[in-house]
Amino acid sequence: MLGALIIVFREVIEAGIIVGIVMAVTRGVRGSRLMAGAGVAAGILGASLVAAFAGAIADALNGFGQELFNAAILSLAVCMLAWHNIWMASHGRQLAAEARQLGQDVRSGARSLVALAIVVAVAVMREGSEVALFLYGLVAAGGTTSRDLLIGSALGLAAGVAVSAVTYFGLVTIPARRLFAVTSALITFLAAGLASQAANFLQQAGVVTIWSDTAWNTSAILSDTSLFGRVLHTLVGYADQPSVLQVVVYAATLAAIFALSKAFATRAPMRPPQTPLAQNG
Amino acid sequence: MTRRPPLSVLALAIALAAGAAAPAIADDETQVQITLKDHKFEPAESTVPAGKPIVIHLANQDATPAEFESKELRVEKVVAGGGAIAVKVRALKPGRYRFFDDYHEATTEGFLIAQ
Repeated sequence: MLGALIIVFREVIEAGIIVGIVMAVTRGVRGSRLMAGAGVAAGILGASLVAAFAGAIADALNGFGQELFNAAILSLAVCMLAWHNIWMASHGRQLAAEARQLGQDVRSGARSLVALAIVVAVAVMREGSEVALFLYGLVAAGGTTSRDLLIGSALGLAAGVAVSAVTYFGLVTIPARRLFAVTSALITFLAAGLASQAANFLQQAGVVTIWSDTAWNTSAILSDTSLFGRVLHTLVGYADQPSVLQVVVYAATLAAIFALSKAFATRAPMRPPQTPLAQNG
Repeated sequence: MTRRPPLSVLALAIALAAGAAAPAIADDETQVQITLKDHKFEPAESTVPAGKPIVIHLANQDATPAEFESKELRVEKVVAGGGAIAVKVRALKPGRYRFFDDYHEATTEGFLIAQ
């Protein structure tokens, strides 16, 4: 039972942290709860489908469908996070100015909710499909222990949801005027970490073969399978044995999002508002 | 939410392009066959030449799915019950590399020995 609890917990924790961050980022935006909920629901549906068709996905594209599918959805999440940050940088000042008139519920842009809902869906789908397969294995194996294991899995899921709540409530205690800077940084590092994971899947599929040597090995100091290592892995993309390519992709993603946010931020005051803020999400 | 952000379309295009790129198969790869049965890897240890890329072919003869994983080999791949997968591994330095089934890590492990 404890084994099942730990396995489910460590899969759920990664998605949980991302959901917590997204909910903190969009707090107060009209429709943000609905969007986060829709993202989670889409993610669970997607996870079930991925688990059900795991064999077919693995066999696709010369047997490397699974890696390429993972690389593709991770790249999608990276683009969504990058776009959100750049959009916020270019509209942040305008939003801050309007927020005084329109009230607290327009702290963040409603238009980027879709992007963040996609990020939530991808995170839940990726981790959820592994949980679904694990649970399927338990049920298929049957026997007297499977009920205990299912109870353990339920407790693991609950613990993962609790981590999501801790992330959310930790972030929302940050004063509103500093929350934007903190969440922008968090999202940039999150995106870089996901980009580096995508690079790893491309290497595993043999699509990319350069820079495959291990850049460093810090598994003796902090294993990325330990609880703290896993949290850092999700938050900032920490890996204890990354390839050189992963490190390069990580640094390039950080630099690109930072540079683009800066470039668009300086242009923002010159542009008129593009659309009225959505009121119905 | 009536307007779709244009970047999402671009992102989808990039994602699809990444998915469409089919991996090439090199000639100098070492092929390794491993079977998973009753939650045990057979053989539990395989020896491969160091300095050459490797392809591990894993056949899962159990009815339950497994996740073939290795930190050192940088591999993580689900294999369905009764399914088979292949994973590509970079040219290795001499050493002993551990792999395991992430769903049964304590009991299901094996090693790749590069010489």
